[in-house]
Amino acid sequence: MQKIMVALKRALDYNVRVRIKSDGTGITTDGAKMSINPFDEIALEEALRIKEREKGVEVLVISIGDLACQQQLRTGLAMGADRAVLVQTDQILEPLTVAKALKALVDQESPELVMLGKQAIDGDNNQTGQMLAALWGRPQATFASELLLKGEQALVTREVDAGLETIEVDLPAVVTADLRLNEPRYVRLPEIMKAKKKPLDVTSLDELGVEAISQFQVVLTESPPERQKGVIVKDVEELLGLLRKKGLI
Amino acid sequence: MARVLIVAEHDGATLNTGTAKCVSCATSFKNDGIDVVIFAESDEMVVQQAARLAGVSRVLWVEIPSQEMGLASMLAPQIAVLSESYTHLLSGSTTFGKDVMPRVAALLGVGQLSDIMKAESAYRFKRPIYAGNAIITVEASEEYTLVATVRTASYPAAESSKEAGAIIEHCKSGVSLPLHTRFVGLKSERSDRPDLQAAQRVVSGGRGLGSTENFQIVYELADSLGAAVGASRAAVDSGYVTNDLQVGQTGKIISPDLYIAVGISGAIQHLTGIKDAGTVVAINKDADAPIFEAADIGYVADLFEAVPRLSAALKS
Repeated sequence: MQKIMVALKRALDYNVRVRIKSDGTGITTDGAKMSINPFDEIALEEALRIKEREKGVEVLVISIGDLACQQQLRTGLAMGADRAVLVQTDQILEPLTVAKALKALVDQESPELVMLGKQAIDGDNNQTGQMLAALWGRPQATFASELLLKGEQALVTREVDAGLETIEVDLPAVVTADLRLNEPRYVRLPEIMKAKKKPLDVTSLDELGVEAISQFQVVLTESPPERQKGVIVKDVEELLGLLRKKGLI
Repeated sequence: MARVLIVAEHDGATLNTGTAKCVSCATSFKNDGIDVVIFAESDEMVVQQAARLAGVSRVLWVEIPSQEMGLASMLAPQIAVLSESYTHLLSGSTTFGKDVMPRVAALLGVGQLSDIMKAESAYRFKRPIYAGNAIITVEASEEYTLVATVRTASYPAAESSKEAGAIIEHCKSGVSLPLHTRFVGLKSERSDRPDLQAAQRVVSGGRGLGSTENFQIVYELADSLGAAVGASRAAVDSGYVTNDLQVGQTGKIISPDLYIAVGISGAIQHLTGIKDAGTVVAINKDADAPIFEAADIGYVADLFEAVPRLSAALKS
């Protein structure tokens, strides 16, 4: 293993309440705290643990978006990544375009492993890793909760609806991280200072030869319907009475 | 006109309810026929179940040497070849559908739409983002094949008739399959209880249970109701139960008629999993727990007293 590429998406911090614009045109992120998508952070943590176990592994972090994404790349460098690349664009990209940009970088960098979160907590699409694997013609191991490297292969345990599925994939491969893969480390101040000196290159979709496609138009963003306020019961008898009345028991 | 191909999911013996829910989604917009493709070892059992779904005209049975061949990287190229005569490709937004459909889409050079919760037309849909905290309406270009996953909690299962109504066609796959991915094993908790994703009643336990042993009272309540058992992420992280029982944004998104949350505080990511439940009952000793905000019926009580009493009353 020589190189691991990790994709980091800048997303609204998971603790921030989602505010919908009153005219239905989207979500307000002005001034809100932005962070690395938590699943991507788990993917990076896993890459760093491999780097710490095996000698001579380079961890490269990628982000695709506007210049503000440099913040998340710097955080990634502070966590322990060696190098960062920003694909700068002001457009909102669909997952297929993101996957194409990552594929162009894979062609340049030739990593043995690409890691991403299983989904980003803003769009909840859960597509980019699978699409990259398809474009690359390589294996995908999604929803990973355990990753074991053994030579030219990786043994990945996946959290699937039926339980825990284990698959073996030949490297290079794409692995997407689920929640229980690990708990990411906290970044300490000296590392943040050190990260400022690490290389962060900026490229563009044009330079990568990728054209953004637009297949889907979001025409309205709205709040989900509110649930009606419930009642509080005093005892088991009252609870059973209500369930009976609703015909549920 | 829309011609729909649904990618079926099954475990070798039973068709996943997600497939019947995709049929309901497809029948909700104008279409010129709904077909199902199913990768299975034999044309008994699951292929027959698919052919009985009301609204399905053809079932394409692709014979595979073993269920273990049902990995995304094996299925995707075969689905891509079959997709040529279709405008829409759907599968459930289960871990199966989420794994395979984006791979199919990328092979076709098109995007994918995740978690359809409502079809306003064949190319206009609603789907949740930000863990269901916002709903977007999306218009898809008619120039591209629409590859999508269907949020199963948003749709009822299509009716199943006694006899197969659909034509079954045996398909041979002409593509060479990748050798780079191998199935090693599946660790699954087999139980006689109803399936969590299909059950009409679900009882879930949370961190309030405190241990694997204490979780027993959740199983007892579930059995007294003929319900499936679920759990919060906290209960899974604490090791009380296995991951396949997790309900929530990163677990299963379910829509039972009755959901009883026992000792669950009600983190947003858990509530995302039960937004479409009919009646939500919460039993928790903390009156300020956020689960009570989402519950139709709340009972502030010590679960170790309340739950056994409830089970006993239901059994008698």
